[in-house]
Amino acid sequence: MPTSRKLYGTRLRVLSILTAVVLTGGFALAAFYAPIEADQGFSQKIFYLHVPLAIVSLCGFIFGGICAIQYLRTNDPRHDLRAYTAIHQSLIFCAAALVTGSIWAKAAWGQWWVWDEPTLVSFLIVFLLYATYQPLRFSIEDPEKQSRYAAVFAIVAGAFVPLNFLAVRLANPLIHPRVLNSSGGSLPGDMKVAFYTCVVGMALLFVTLWKYEMTAKHNRAQLRSLKRKLGGPDAAAIRGRSAAPRVSAS
Amino acid sequence: MSAPSPPSTSAAARAVLAKELRLERRAPQTLVAMALFSAMTYVVFHFALRRDTVEGDLASGVLWVTLTLAALLGIGRLFVADRDEGGLEGFLLAPVDRTALLFAKAGALLTFLVALELVAVPLFAVLLLGPTPGPGTWLRLLAVLLLADVGVAVVGTLVAAIAVQTRARDLITSILALPLLLPVVIAAARASAPLLALHGDHALTGRWPAVLGLYDLVFGLLAYALFDFLVED
Repeated sequence: MPTSRKLYGTRLRVLSILTAVVLTGGFALAAFYAPIEADQGFSQKIFYLHVPLAIVSLCGFIFGGICAIQYLRTNDPRHDLRAYTAIHQSLIFCAAALVTGSIWAKAAWGQWWVWDEPTLVSFLIVFLLYATYQPLRFSIEDPEKQSRYAAVFAIVAGAFVPLNFLAVRLANPLIHPRVLNSSGGSLPGDMKVAFYTCVVGMALLFVTLWKYEMTAKHNRAQLRSLKRKLGGPDAAAIRGRSAAPRVSAS
Repeated sequence: MSAPSPPSTSAAARAVLAKELRLERRAPQTLVAMALFSAMTYVVFHFALRRDTVEGDLASGVLWVTLTLAALLGIGRLFVADRDEGGLEGFLLAPVDRTALLFAKAGALLTFLVALELVAVPLFAVLLLGPTPGPGTWLRLLAVLLLADVGVAVVGTLVAAIAVQTRARDLITSILALPLLLPVVIAAARASAPLLALHGDHALTGRWPAVLGLYDLVFGLLAYALFDFLVED
């Protein structure tokens, strides 16, 4: 009988170790190798945490939207689970990006929140929008309908993200430092190495956490089905209403 | 004897739209509530801001907060009657394209919004607005209002179709619609601020109508592509 560990847990250990190494390496490079920024001093180092968090969370939302499109095309519940987990993780990363951004704003401009900072404001709006994903799922009882409606939401929200960034950016003068611009970035070489290592490390962290959550969900479903096989239909507790997609143990 | 051919999408959409408007005409409910709500909101703003007149950014903000919140009322009611009285099932049984329902509902919401603004905007001018806009300024404001209404109608229909299937319908409508409508509020408020200013040339900056148009286009296409998934049962 195939176990969930075989299906989902493969290479998880390797991935975890790789994530730990790359992320630690990235932060070590940022702390010791990358030069101290002349204008902002040491506080600029939070940039190696804040920007990768922001980039990875946006990519996670887009990935969630792509999985949602796949779900609507194929009706395969696995895609729904992928979308759910991706959006759920991205929301956490997005919250962390907001908190680190706020700390950076305090260090750089002396205030915890600056409204004329379009990227941070856009992030807040995106966060508020995606924060409704869980309540929306939770308030639809029928699991199939829940998945379908959540997928439509994920696609609409995915399209909303770039439009929102455009509208907020046009509404404000630019003061946010542009890390990656069309002319190939404004970072000196030493900083670039540390920065890209941090981005890769953060992306690996996202993938690792995503895989862990998927594995945990599959394991739980498998455990429930085994319990049911051992002790009859009453053995496993009946599941209440949930925001998470149902996983069938196969 | 051959079976009669099913009605076209546009015929079905027109029939449903006529039904919506007839319902509202015979038993006015949504529109009256929206208009009363906007009038009351102006009074609330008068006391909360302690201002007799507003102009420029503040006027634009008051107007768009009022219109957006009033639109939320309409969005919340859009599918409720169909859900309670079995209208959705009836529509699904009919041999017509489901997109017709999107066109009809978005059309109904758009009509409600335009009707609301016919009352709420002149009322705003009488109650709160400091400067007296000229005919040219009114025309420019009308263009901004119409562009924003299309976006609100499309996104509102999508949100209403999602929210009507949930248990916490009212809560979901508000928390879902407000962030989604933010780009419309940003663009419309920025576009109308110079039009409502006390001094200045009352010109319309080209980029804001462009953002509104882009928003209408993107969400119009998305709604067209996704609406079918929201009405199958």
